Amino acid sequence: MSCAGPGGGSNDVQWCFSQVKGAIDDDVAEADIISTVEFNQSGELLATGDKGGRVVIFQQEQESKNKPQCRGEYNVYSTFQSHEPEFDYLKSLEIEEKINKIRWLPQKNAAHFLLSTNDKTIKLWKISERDKRPEGYNLKEEDGRYVDPNTVTALRVPVFRPMDLMVEASPRRVFANAHTYHINSISVNSDCETYLSADDLRVNLWHLEITDRSFNIVDIKPANMEDLTEVITAAEFHPNQCNTFVYSSSKGTIRMCDMRAAALCDKHAKLFEEPEDPNNRSFFSEIISSISDVKFSHSGRYLMTRDYLSVKIWDLNMETRPVETYQVHEYLRSKLCSLYENDCIFDKFECCWNGNDSVVMTGSYNNFFRMFDRGYQQDVTLEASRENSKPRSVLKPRKVSTGGKRKKDEISVDSLDFNKKILHTAWHPLDNIIAVATTNNLYIFQEKLN
Amino acid sequence: MSGDNEETLTAEETPVDEKEVEEKMISPEKAEEAKLKARYPNLGNKPGGSDLLRKRLQKGQKYFDSGDYNMAKAKIKNKQLPTAAPEKTEITGDHIPTPQDLPQRKPSLVASKLAGQVQFY
Repeated sequence: MSCAGPGGGSNDVQWCFSQVKGAIDDDVAEADIISTVEFNQSGELLATGDKGGRVVIFQQEQESKNKPQCRGEYNVYSTFQSHEPEFDYLKSLEIEEKINKIRWLPQKNAAHFLLSTNDKTIKLWKISERDKRPEGYNLKEEDGRYVDPNTVTALRVPVFRPMDLMVEASPRRVFANAHTYHINSISVNSDCETYLSADDLRVNLWHLEITDRSFNIVDIKPANMEDLTEVITAAEFHPNQCNTFVYSSSKGTIRMCDMRAAALCDKHAKLFEEPEDPNNRSFFSEIISSISDVKFSHSGRYLMTRDYLSVKIWDLNMETRPVETYQVHEYLRSKLCSLYENDCIFDKFECCWNGNDSVVMTGSYNNFFRMFDRGYQQDVTLEASRENSKPRSVLKPRKVSTGGKRKKDEISVDSLDFNKKILHTAWHPLDNIIAVATTNNLYIFQEKLN
Repeated sequence: MSGDNEETLTAEETPVDEKEVEEKMISPEKAEEAKLKARYPNLGNKPGGSDLLRKRLQKGQKYFDSGDYNMAKAKIKNKQLPTAAPEKTEITGDHIPTPQDLPQRKPSLVASKLAGQVQFY
């Protein structure tokens, strides 16, 4: 890949620090580890989920004339406990409250809806605003105490009066008991009525209104578990074809299914798989080919997959190989032994598209994240760190040195901090605003506007 | 080891200097594999096979029934509890959680720090 231009990134977009959320101290509690980040369809809301089962939603403030230089900041809008730890006594299994995924529903009215899931249970949350309250009841005081009816001499009509904005989150549906294995994905259908949930071996289809049943549409569990060779790692509905969805596997394949073909979509309509050179096969081949994330482009024309070392773009019309492959951190190939020993080789990185599908982004180690501009064939490595956190300071491209000679400002592979991983990133659907999650902090970067 | 890069030599005809060339052409991945096998000779040859996958499917399962518990206690009576074993398999039943080891089970009633923080700047 050619190096990024002086500005870094695509088309000379320069990225500036905007905000960082979360505690500064290095002592990170397990519960504070961010496990998912997602913008809603308008980009006005940004949701995060963490290992403690909590969801925090930020809202972008309206652009003000005072600060034309930046787009609105994101401030806390709502926060709630979505999931709690549970214990499955029958299987002696602890069920983590960690939020694996959050997906927003397209907005239909004043309220916002999102789906959040842990390993076993999906919940539909309604987030609504209340900015007025009724006052002037005849039989109740303002504080709620009941008034003795005998003391009422005149009647008045209660009226609504403005109050301080209150944002309430309430669970509207709980979709439980449909997954034996751990849920890794949820995806809302373009029909806005159904959604899918996928675990290691099965994909289920739900109707948003119906919680007591779901349809199993993919089942790859073998009759004999000894014959198990691959698991489902991610699944997503096509952005505008309501009958189409894809699921990825631990063997690096993606299957596209058409729900019109059969009730059970075990037979794929398309199989995306890049042929492997058998000579290059090693102990690690299958592990690093495992796909950790799959995302349709907004256009629905392309599919992006993330495996341990690369990001691949597939054209839905060509199953034989990806049309583009981007190396995220190829220098790790000669560190696979230690990465296997410290389990980092199993880290599940996500990836995302920008609004017009021209740039893709994914995370790496040392709090680095990478952007690949598909059109300009440029890539850049940036870092989310407190050192680069002066307001509107431009992010400087980072470089990892692979050879013996390390230039100034470069960092050597052996100095990378593998505990600082950026697994979750999100791109605003319309603007150049990105949300990058380090272990316990959420960074928001914006395009530098002149 | 792949000898397919060499056009004329067959498997039998690999003189010493040919082996040197071969070693230089080992992919970094294969070199890492050799390193791993040297450290863990018992590692099976099917990394993506059912052992790894089944371990993944059982993620989080630390508890077991009293039968396992008593059997494990009997085994461990004679020797010390092993510290992080080099092999990557965890046999349910051999690991006895003590109350101190168990993670807290109550939910995080504390608000997320993402919500509580004053703006950094």
